[in-house]
Amino acid sequence: MFHTEVRSKNAIVTIGRDLPAVIIGERINPTGKKKFGQALLAKDFEYVRREAIAQVEQGADILDVNVGVAGVDEIAMLPEVVKIVSETVDVPLCIDSSNPMALAAALKVYEGKALVNSVTGEEKSLVSVLPLIKEYGAAVVGLLMDDTGIPNDPEKRLAIAFKIVERAEKLGIERSNIIIDCLTMTVSSDHNAATVTLKTIERIVEELGSNIILGISNVSFGLPDRNSITRTMIAMALKAGLTCIIMDPTAEGMRRTVKTSDLLLGRDEWSLNYLAEYRQYSEPQA
Amino acid sequence: MAVLEDIKNSIITYKPAKTKEFCQQALDEGIEPQLILSEGLIAGMAVIGEKFKLNKIYVPEVLIAAKCTHAGLDILKPILAAAKAVSLGKVVLGTVKDDLHDIGKNLVAMMLEGAGFEVINLGVNIDPEKFIEAIKEYQPEIIAISSLITSTLPNVEATIKAIVDAGLREQVKIMIGGAPVTEEWVLQIGGDGFGKDATAAVDAAKKLIGVA
Repeated sequence: MFHTEVRSKNAIVTIGRDLPAVIIGERINPTGKKKFGQALLAKDFEYVRREAIAQVEQGADILDVNVGVAGVDEIAMLPEVVKIVSETVDVPLCIDSSNPMALAAALKVYEGKALVNSVTGEEKSLVSVLPLIKEYGAAVVGLLMDDTGIPNDPEKRLAIAFKIVERAEKLGIERSNIIIDCLTMTVSSDHNAATVTLKTIERIVEELGSNIILGISNVSFGLPDRNSITRTMIAMALKAGLTCIIMDPTAEGMRRTVKTSDLLLGRDEWSLNYLAEYRQYSEPQA
Repeated sequence: MAVLEDIKNSIITYKPAKTKEFCQQALDEGIEPQLILSEGLIAGMAVIGEKFKLNKIYVPEVLIAAKCTHAGLDILKPILAAAKAVSLGKVVLGTVKDDLHDIGKNLVAMMLEGAGFEVINLGVNIDPEKFIEAIKEYQPEIIAISSLITSTLPNVEATIKAIVDAGLREQVKIMIGGAPVTEEWVLQIGGDGFGKDATAAVDAAKKLIGVA
């Protein structure tokens, strides 16, 4: 069993299977948010500050920061937004970009130990991202896709996880600093998508013992009442072995589902976290 | 010609086997394949597209409806080809180099086919050179490029540039789509059309070839 530590200047978050699930707020991401994209282009960072504060207030333990949108120079923008979010809230950050140069620029200005999202099993990603993780002593999300795409078979996804872990360990990156993203595909285009993800989680737990992360919201894309599907997936994935979740903590009932799952999975002695959550937030009243 | 209504209904009620059966029945009744296509299959997909636009139906329903249309097309295609039926136009589409997303692109492909376009679907992770080869080989009216992740947006620009450099820009219209894509950006990098979803993509394609 592994513990992954992620730090900001003033806070430490520990991710592990014997600990309560860690919530990573996903809302600082312009994909599909036209206004946020325009605000970024205009260098208006009010939106970023507001989302940072709102998510932490709603229980985010870590914040994901992604500035990828058409027209934005990520290499310049990602460090700038990372700095702004760090000045606004205390929580550690998950620096999110598929551009290694943007990741490098952001890691350079980040104070603490960041979680980097992500490296994949693709050769060009392994050679460009892993050295950065080593250099900055960061933790990294390992995404289970490679040069042939995203396999639809849990055993093949497991093989990519082995590859990422081996390549990282070769560079001296400890396994505890690699969090595996088993990939949440959308169930609306393949009714087996969620079962493949869940089975992959179980296999990673058995074979590697690594911490596991999912960007959970994608599961419900294309269907109505996405919230119900996403919350149920959170519960199932936590049972399978998920340890941290990229999600929207401000969406109704979402955080409550995480805390309830922890309670039912025996990770909340005397129900103290559940009760604290219940008293702190008014939704939903029984 | 109640059978055309049956074809349409089989699509709206998601029954691919029925679509196939009714298309065969329509042919047996001596109905022109072009009419079966437009009044049966395309009419059915038009209803689906409209409902999808209004959030009355969802992605899985569009996918199964598209499956119905394909089942019907399988029956009609050989006969349509023999009769040299005219399509609205030819579209070559693919997801840009280094990007492996295909759901949205395939949805667009099916909707375009359903609307009467001939679609050549190149797949995912398509190099600029492959787009160029496809333009030369298929002589399409439209090139449709999908990009779902921000890091592959520069590859869309590279693809357009390659088409310009190959001297082929004048003969094709270029459409671009995908979550991080905006209409302003498409025009800025020298594209012609944009659709925020599959239905909008069909509207954009029709507009580009002047049949909207």
